[in-house]
Amino acid sequence: MNKLILTLSLSLAANLVTAQSNSSASNLLFFSVAGLCAVLVIWAMFGLASNLMKIEAMKNGIDPEASNIGIFPTMRDFISPRRPRYAKDGSFHHFTKGHDINLAGKPAHKVESMHTTRYAIKPTDFNDMSPIPKVEPEVGADVKAGDILFYDKKRPEIKYCAPISGEIVEVKRGDKRSIAEVIILADKSISFKKVQVPDLNTDRSKLVEFMAENGLWALINERPFDLVPDLDSMPASIFISTFDTAPLAPDNNLIVEGKEAAFQKGLDVLTKLTLGKVHLGLDGRGIAPSVAFSDAQGVAKHWFAGPHPAGNVGVHIHHIAPIKGNDKVWTLPVQNVITIGQMFLTGEYHAERIIALTGAELNEPKYVKTYQGASVADLLKGNIIGENNRIISGDVLSGQQVSEDGFLCFNADQVTVLKEGNDYELFGWLLPLAPRPSVSGTIPSYGTDTEFEATTNTHGEKRAFVVSGQYENLLPMDIYPQHLMKAIITGDIEKMEGLGITELTEEDVALCEFACTSKNPLQSILRDGLNNLKEQL
Amino acid sequence: MGLLEYIKKIEPDKKKSPLLHTAYDAFFTFAYAPNTVTKSGTHIKDGMDLKRLMVTVVIAMQVCYLFGTYNIGHQHFVAAGEYLGFIEGFHLKLAHGLIKLLPIFVVAHAVGLGIEFYFAAKKGHAVEEGFLVSGALIPLIMPPDIPLWILALSIAFAVIIGKEAFGGTGMNIWNIALLSRVFVFFAYPLTIAGDQVWISGFEKIADGAAVNYGWWHTGFFNSIFEAMGLTTFDTTSTVVNGYSGATPLALAYEGGWEKVTATFSENQMIWGAIPGSIGETSKVLIALGALILIFTRVASWRIMAGMLVGLIGTSWMLNALGSTPFMTVTWTQHLMMGSFLFAMAFMATDPVTASTTNTGKWIYGILIGFIGLIIRVMNPAYPEGWMLAILFLNTFAPTIDYFVIESNIKKRLSRA
Repeated sequence: MNKLILTLSLSLAANLVTAQSNSSASNLLFFSVAGLCAVLVIWAMFGLASNLMKIEAMKNGIDPEASNIGIFPTMRDFISPRRPRYAKDGSFHHFTKGHDINLAGKPAHKVESMHTTRYAIKPTDFNDMSPIPKVEPEVGADVKAGDILFYDKKRPEIKYCAPISGEIVEVKRGDKRSIAEVIILADKSISFKKVQVPDLNTDRSKLVEFMAENGLWALINERPFDLVPDLDSMPASIFISTFDTAPLAPDNNLIVEGKEAAFQKGLDVLTKLTLGKVHLGLDGRGIAPSVAFSDAQGVAKHWFAGPHPAGNVGVHIHHIAPIKGNDKVWTLPVQNVITIGQMFLTGEYHAERIIALTGAELNEPKYVKTYQGASVADLLKGNIIGENNRIISGDVLSGQQVSEDGFLCFNADQVTVLKEGNDYELFGWLLPLAPRPSVSGTIPSYGTDTEFEATTNTHGEKRAFVVSGQYENLLPMDIYPQHLMKAIITGDIEKMEGLGITELTEEDVALCEFACTSKNPLQSILRDGLNNLKEQL
Repeated sequence: MGLLEYIKKIEPDKKKSPLLHTAYDAFFTFAYAPNTVTKSGTHIKDGMDLKRLMVTVVIAMQVCYLFGTYNIGHQHFVAAGEYLGFIEGFHLKLAHGLIKLLPIFVVAHAVGLGIEFYFAAKKGHAVEEGFLVSGALIPLIMPPDIPLWILALSIAFAVIIGKEAFGGTGMNIWNIALLSRVFVFFAYPLTIAGDQVWISGFEKIADGAAVNYGWWHTGFFNSIFEAMGLTTFDTTSTVVNGYSGATPLALAYEGGWEKVTATFSENQMIWGAIPGSIGETSKVLIALGALILIFTRVASWRIMAGMLVGLIGTSWMLNALGSTPFMTVTWTQHLMMGSFLFAMAFMATDPVTASTTNTGKWIYGILIGFIGLIIRVMNPAYPEGWMLAILFLNTFAPTIDYFVIESNIKKRLSRA
């Protein structure tokens, strides 16, 4: 509409000019201005028609931005790469915004089984969990995989279960006696708690109750606040991203190998939980994904191509069914879907996880097969090169730092080991002596194949927001992150909501935070904003 | 790492002498990238920081500095009717340029950085890099004969009232460099207005006026040049008869493009061997700087393109009206005169004071092009329009953004 007003006013201005030039100027000038004017008027008419089409499309529930509705062809129609041939059904979205950070230490494409002795589930991995949840088994008690470990006293019906069988050896306390880790010493061979699985066609509430009782409910993440959902929560839709574009991210095609049936079963369960659809985000970047993903049944499929964060589930939600009003949307990582599916296939809680051990500081980056919450020390034993390292559960952009005797986070599918960058660099800001990843045009890119050995150095100090448009170029969403961050900092709740805070979570702004010239902590600002908003509701 | 250990040892105490510590910290982080590591959030960070951003802009204008310095000398000798060829009397022109430019450069940085350091120490934060660019820009947009005390006053005004009062780098509403220029323009119109100021080194610009050489000319450089057997500064030189010192814009206002080309050739204007502010005469070198900024994505190409669109559109409109000689000047001719390119490349693109949304940047740029050209052509009181146009749009940039943001919010709410 704004465009239209601009067009009209322009043509009006051109009219005025014509009127005045009539008396004095040459004929040629008059005709050229009149011609220009005519073109503008015709353009305005077409623009009006095009806008009306868009409004009509919006009324019918079609996103006019996603698929080109309207008369004028967009740039995308000319230059966008065609949808890949293997993408048989479903919509195709191509992004140019974003950036792939190419780090050294990619895992070798094979999975090794690894014997780890200690596992822990951390209550701190869940937002909104009370600091001291009720731990059911005593220290020293034996548990089977699937036995209840603890529950939140605010919501006792949602149980958090043991990923493996063994002995509870320690309940580690953190600040103010809060419970940080419930540690299990694993049995040599795993034994499962066997449960009676309800039929998928029973009442939804029965299904929900069963999932909550057996630790499956805790595998679900609810947006906008990243919580384990309430039992009476009804999601508008459920989103699963089957590919990860984060630096050194694991390949989900490898993860799902041999578990195709479980993945499909998991999807079947999830379709029973929502009135809307289960949406699957698929990799449209050029290499055909596993048939478990591309031939999944009963779900809506969407293909995405482009640099990171094209694989982020938040980006998918934004382009397919954005969160409106007080809607909830559930998201799950692929391995959590598999765990749900396996429960419904076998009646056992299989929290098996394939973890990518990555990073330039590893002798042998590889995939290992272990269980949820495995001990990092066991996983990395003998594999780390230097001394001065940081171990991250997750990727370098939004993972959690864990200590050497720490454990994997609940939803982790990756461990990254980086060198700490705690050294001074002479004129390090002026002359980048060692190659470093950057989105900036002022730092030589060394070609797209260069793998960087990034360190944790901040490469500069925190400053006020100076550069504009930097975040917008890295986030393929119709959102103004910098204005959103300013609204959060000033505590303007209404503006926060208007600018789309509910559509974002930490991992979505992580790339912007990486690139930020002023080194602002966008992820923690965003989380503060979400917490602030949640308190107001 | 012996040097690093030594530098670390002389670090002043933060509590006892905050100003000293602030200055130390500023210079230390200038020499060494600090050893801080990421705490929360992303574990790795981009190699880009504010220092690098600012220094890229400074690097992009270095060619303007080199040329501007030489051109000060060149214009001086043209006025004196000596060494009329561009590279004739190279050493004299360079020496005269340095004598004029260096004090301006030193005063600009001493005053500006001094104030920055003081406020940083007072507020207890690190010195932010904003003045790196402002300090490099200010000498380029000043006339070569500006009295240093006026320069110092204007910078103090710009940095204190324009920046620190709003909270420092990143918070200011108006472009600092332009604010200092506009202060000079309005506070001391008699001292620096008119055609007189663009040529340096004379008592005044009138037929037969004497040169105004100081110790650096006659004492320092002349003795060096004598020793080397080169020609020296001639203290008996005078302004050549009939020389006016008028800039192309002043001529264009009087008699359109014909009057301009009667004095200056197009080549001369494009390459910049004309009187004007120190750094804004050479269009080719400014365009080079603009390309550096666009190529490194440091400055917004949208603002630059918007300004160009605004200039072209407005000049077409004015051509259509054509009621004064200046109105018949085409847009390509407008590009050759005055400081449009400099304003486009280095002034309007200041990310802090410009619009921050992509749509807003287009509107902001187009409006600057429109208003600036209107001022240039229609208003006899101001010889050039970009300074006022940019400051005006700086004021309205948040309003433009407001409407862009509101439309985004409305779009989101209409979904619900």
